[in-house]
Amino acid sequence: MAQEDSAGGMTGYIKHHLTHLTVNQGHGVFWSIHLDSVIFKALISLFFVTLFVMVARRATSGVPGKLQAAVEIIVEFVDGMVKDTFHGSSKFIAPLAITTFCIVFLENFMDMLPVDALPAAGKLFGAEHLRVVATADINTTVGMALGVFLLLWYIGIKSKGVMLFFKEWFTAPFHAHGIWAVLLAPINLLLRLIEEGVRPLSLSLRLFGNMYAGELIFLLIACFTLDAALNHVSTYILGGAQFVAGFIWTAFHILIITLQAFIFMTLTIVYASMAAERH
Amino acid sequence: MDIAVTLVIQGLVFFAVAWGVMKFGWPHIIAAIEARQKKIADGLAAANKSQKDLDEALARSKEIIREARDRATQIVDQAGKRSNEIVEEAKGTAASEAQRLVSQARDEVARESSRAREGLTREVGKLAVEGASRLLGREIDPKTHAELLDKLAAEIARG
Repeated sequence: MAQEDSAGGMTGYIKHHLTHLTVNQGHGVFWSIHLDSVIFKALISLFFVTLFVMVARRATSGVPGKLQAAVEIIVEFVDGMVKDTFHGSSKFIAPLAITTFCIVFLENFMDMLPVDALPAAGKLFGAEHLRVVATADINTTVGMALGVFLLLWYIGIKSKGVMLFFKEWFTAPFHAHGIWAVLLAPINLLLRLIEEGVRPLSLSLRLFGNMYAGELIFLLIACFTLDAALNHVSTYILGGAQFVAGFIWTAFHILIITLQAFIFMTLTIVYASMAAERH
Repeated sequence: MDIAVTLVIQGLVFFAVAWGVMKFGWPHIIAAIEARQKKIADGLAAANKSQKDLDEALARSKEIIREARDRATQIVDQAGKRSNEIVEEAKGTAASEAQRLVSQARDEVARESSRAREGLTREVGKLAVEGASRLLGREIDPKTHAELLDKLAAEIARG
């Protein structure tokens, strides 16, 4: 693959791996669609939904099977977290949190697969570029964060009403009376705007940054044996080094992907809880 | 070719990590799942058992109530019978006692009358002897005439 890239070598290899399978739908970069991210996200979501719906359909109120017990453990865990954190009265926060956690985790989990495996397989089907970790694509994470952003508005307006929701833009976090209320309104508005902007940004950038960096390190580790020849001694030394480094990073990455999925879910719950609160 | 070597090593890494997870992580997950299964199974079994116990206790209590009712009826019947018996017995006793008293009284009367008759006989005998001795003007020796007197007394008693 690397030799075919125009830049060649390590840079070419990494560049190649960080390029999305793209379809252009119009003029300019904005109108391009990252087919790989979309397809993998769709497949993973389908897998998750199919699995959970299947388990739910087959669910027994008696002694559960192993798969049902596993799903129950996840559901119970997330439901407990939502009950502890979210004090509003919304029924869809727990299902949303479970879905968020599972899908983000599964998308992150694609990072565990050998970083060259699926792109090599994709090449057989004519896909020149293929990135399998949807969450290492900033478009995906920003998309999810925007979804959360809209959800927060929905929860806020639903629990407070339109009037109070927009009134709080000017009256919180600094409460005041009389002339001071008028003077503090612009400051409150400014803080509110920053807050509204920071939430989706932090959500999306944290996940994207972690996954992108993780993937990059996998690529760097892969570079140990890049352009290696089988008749060279260095190949075997570097191959061993790649194995050790790859093992350590993959094992460590299990924690990262779980943690990032967990953080995404927890922050969604916390933000939802804050959006439902009256100030 | 270069990709092949890289990819092979990546595959080895993947399977090594998968093996590590299988070896050290999976047992904990399975243990948690099995603990949950066991907890649910135990809970269901306990619920089943207590339901069965409750059913049994209900059946038993019904049985006991039925038995008690039967026994109560039996006791009431017995009591009624016994009271009838007692009344009958008392009646019998009273009748026989009355009979006994009457016969006793009758015996008493008979004895009294025979004693009175005897007394009278003796008196009459004595009077007769006295009257006879007066008439004869001499003492009749009761010893000498005992046979005569006795005959006389017997005659009077008969008459």
